[in-house]
Amino acid sequence: MAHAYTPGLKVTERAIVRKTRRLPILGEVLVEKGQSVSPDTVVARTNIPGNPMTVNVANVLGVEPEDILDFMTKKEGDTIRKDEILANYRSFFGLFRHEVKSPVDGTVEMISTVTGQVTLREPPIPVEVDAYIDGVVEEVLPREGVVVRTEGAFIQGIFGVGGETQGIVRVAVDGPDDVLDESCFTPQDKGKVIVGGSLVTAAGIKKAAEVGAKGVVVGGIIDTDLIAYLGHDIGVAITGHEDVPVTLIITEGFGKMRMADRTFQLFKAISGFKASINGATQIRAGVMRPEIIVPGFQATEQLVEHDLSEGLVPGTPLRIIREPYFGQLAEVVDLPPELQVIETEAKVRILRAKLQDGTIVTIPRANVEIIEK
Amino acid sequence: MRFILGVGSKGGGQLVPEEKAFQLDREINSVLATDCGSTTTKAILIEKVGDEYRLIVRGEAPTTVEAPFEDVTAGARNAIREVEELTGKTLLDEKGVITPRRPDGTGVDIYMSTSSAGGGLQMMVAGVVKTMTAESAARAALGAGAIVMDVISVDDGRKPHEKIQRIRHLRPDMILLSGGIDGGTITHVVEIAELISAAEPKPRLGIGFKLPVIYAGNKDARPHIQSSLGQKVDLRITDNLRPVLEKEVLGPAREEIHNLFMEHVMAQAPGYNKLMSWTPVPIMPTPGAVGICMQTASREYDVSVIGVDIGGATTDVFSVFGEFFNRTVSANLGMSYSICNVLLEAGVQNILRWIPFKIDEGDLRNRIRNKMIRPTTIPQTLDELVIEQAIAREALRLAFLHHKSLAVGLRGVHKERTIGDTFEQTGSGESYIDLMDLGMLVGSGGVLSHAPRRAQSAMMMLDAFQPEGLTMLAVDSIFMTPQLGILSTIHPKAAMQVFERDCLIILGTAIAPAGPSGSAKPGDSCVKVTLEWDDQSVTEEVPYGQMKVVPVPNGKTAKAVIQPSRQFNAGAGYGHTVEKTINGGVVGVIIDCRGRPFTPPADEASRNAKLLEWFRALNLYPQESLEKYAK
Repeated sequence: MAHAYTPGLKVTERAIVRKTRRLPILGEVLVEKGQSVSPDTVVARTNIPGNPMTVNVANVLGVEPEDILDFMTKKEGDTIRKDEILANYRSFFGLFRHEVKSPVDGTVEMISTVTGQVTLREPPIPVEVDAYIDGVVEEVLPREGVVVRTEGAFIQGIFGVGGETQGIVRVAVDGPDDVLDESCFTPQDKGKVIVGGSLVTAAGIKKAAEVGAKGVVVGGIIDTDLIAYLGHDIGVAITGHEDVPVTLIITEGFGKMRMADRTFQLFKAISGFKASINGATQIRAGVMRPEIIVPGFQATEQLVEHDLSEGLVPGTPLRIIREPYFGQLAEVVDLPPELQVIETEAKVRILRAKLQDGTIVTIPRANVEIIEK
Repeated sequence: MRFILGVGSKGGGQLVPEEKAFQLDREINSVLATDCGSTTTKAILIEKVGDEYRLIVRGEAPTTVEAPFEDVTAGARNAIREVEELTGKTLLDEKGVITPRRPDGTGVDIYMSTSSAGGGLQMMVAGVVKTMTAESAARAALGAGAIVMDVISVDDGRKPHEKIQRIRHLRPDMILLSGGIDGGTITHVVEIAELISAAEPKPRLGIGFKLPVIYAGNKDARPHIQSSLGQKVDLRITDNLRPVLEKEVLGPAREEIHNLFMEHVMAQAPGYNKLMSWTPVPIMPTPGAVGICMQTASREYDVSVIGVDIGGATTDVFSVFGEFFNRTVSANLGMSYSICNVLLEAGVQNILRWIPFKIDEGDLRNRIRNKMIRPTTIPQTLDELVIEQAIAREALRLAFLHHKSLAVGLRGVHKERTIGDTFEQTGSGESYIDLMDLGMLVGSGGVLSHAPRRAQSAMMMLDAFQPEGLTMLAVDSIFMTPQLGILSTIHPKAAMQVFERDCLIILGTAIAPAGPSGSAKPGDSCVKVTLEWDDQSVTEEVPYGQMKVVPVPNGKTAKAVIQPSRQFNAGAGYGHTVEKTINGGVVGVIIDCRGRPFTPPADEASRNAKLLEWFRALNLYPQESLEKYAK
């Protein structure tokens, strides 16, 4: 139980980042081990079978399913163009004609004499996977993809929406307490990743989309503003596939949340650099957090190192992640080994921590996270 | 401690087909069982002490299916190592668990495991008619321990291309396809097979592998199913699960699901081949094992049982009423990962109705979202605990509603009626769940098993399930039911002895009269209860709208005489007296006269006052702190 703490999110100037770029089905890898790649380098490609379309020929012609082969103008494996005749039926010496035209370009995959259904397959859909980050191909996964390696600054958020994108980082506020509203954006923010402080307002996100920003990174967001931005509520914590114009990453939580100083300082340091960002979040076994990666960023000064190998120790900087001190930063004062009864009457392992205003408070160890480097 | 639950004479027969069940070839004096959950792997050691099987110790360690370990046996070893440290015994060597036990005392007689790691078993099911074969297929999959990702049917309202897109998108572990009665029309089931064929679905695990599809429909359609799907998927054919309209035969399909779970899902999951080599008993999906445990308990004690397991992502509900076993998974109702979905499905107002103090709606929504993104945190203050338990009530209520909608008789079946039935048009498709008949309600999962006061668990279950008449309430203290479920397939006696003595914490018995049948007002007479145990006798008259606890201790039984007033029914009919021996528990006997069904008052002020009154009656929370928040 010595390690009973939440490891926390990585906020570091210098990290080795490896990204596995994998195809959804087997295909072809287009790069070699050791090759330099940029975010838009296509590293692997495959063809997903085209969309299938079913047409119930028997129903349309008004014939029995077992008889449809007599009326088909195409056989299995034939190619067909949109609106080309797939089957026809003439009665009364050709007086009445019934036709079935193909709704798509493709091939005839299957003709069923049981159901009278014909399956048409549209042409294969090419799928490409890009490198997402600037880096070097470290490993080739035959027919599946590659692992790209890079070094640079790496920041994890707590929650995000929207997928992978890239842009130049710009910090648009003066301090970590400041609110990112519509006044913080300029037309020059097109294509950029804009960083705010404690909150982004609904009008702020709207403005970000209007000016064509690629991403917004901020401490917190009001729950209802997020719903308004997405156009729907989020029930389960799996994100990243939303169809939104701006990838949004929050670093602290829901509500107005001052961005951790360390995170904010690092954003100031990487301002002007190109970042690869991804809002995808998945919270369960195999946790995935949103991320900001700045390949090639060289740290200018060393921050104070904290040895995390022993978990929590007196002096460890941490963030409190639950009420009643939610969002506050603190430092471990001591770690009593015995279980203690808290206000809910639960007996839990606790720690005492000094808040930034000097107050010493007691907190369950489950409710803190180490500010990792 | 033994509790009274009718006769234990049914012997706990095999619930796995005899020819498939592992046959014991040795006397079993020690059992090691693990459950590899999605976050934690739990090991228990059971040994024969005198004539009884008892839990000796348990150990746990984080599950290691995910990177960087990607080997489930690492977590299993760590959990077992904790058992070794606590007992001073050697159970592991470099090959795995040492079996059978050696003369020097190292090892155990048998090892077995259940698993829900890596997302458990995820299935898609398909049938011809939504409320008939598709529903039967869903029941087969759920009973086998699967999460049902979607149910496709000819009449589900989606266009063929939408169904195809859905099948392509899902990537389940396997598909169960049913449809048609034997000898009936084959067209529709073949149509569904053609949609699956067109979709060319891929399995979730194992890039490049063929997706397993089980066909359990009209046997006359088999050649056509084979020609549609045989080339594209790994097709398995088993007996029709609706051979005739009036009959549902789920056993063969469930068995095939278990086989494929072992062959495909487990074989693809990291480290499972090694784990499988440690044990002669096939690894079972965790919820499937819990279901077997519940069925065994119901048979052993001859009562109807409802079990619920509320986790971070999902809530499973199991019910055994007579010969009918049902399990449902509410895949998106949970206390952390899916907590926002509880908010979404229940609505803020339904959560607020269990909180006896003012809280800003926006603040509540943000708190719930923050719990989702930081799922391992715990409530530190009392208001946070009350909020979390309010959300749990709604998650449990919704999961139970979901369960009731699926735990129904076969729909579409012509029911012969007598003249006496003319005025009782319940028809087929009615729920098996009869809350008056329910004898035992078992809760598990962090929010129920680890509530700071046991009365809180009892109250959450009473509010969410609203049992009627007399119901024993219990919690599974450390979630041992998966291991006991798999153990019961080879040694039901050992499983039930441990279930009764070491697994369950008996909270007590709830006496909850149904009604009122007329226009009773709060404060009117509801029930008079006389309880006698040891040399004590307590009589309580509890009016309508109120609650009372009589502290009949754990391990004691009391002779109860329950006299409801004429607008209330305690099980023998409105106004009729019930006499029965009932169990005490760590909470006691709870007399719940809030009526059935009941909802808290709509008006906020009177609701808050009522909630506080009920909380006080059960001594639910530290009074001083609660009043601080209530002010």
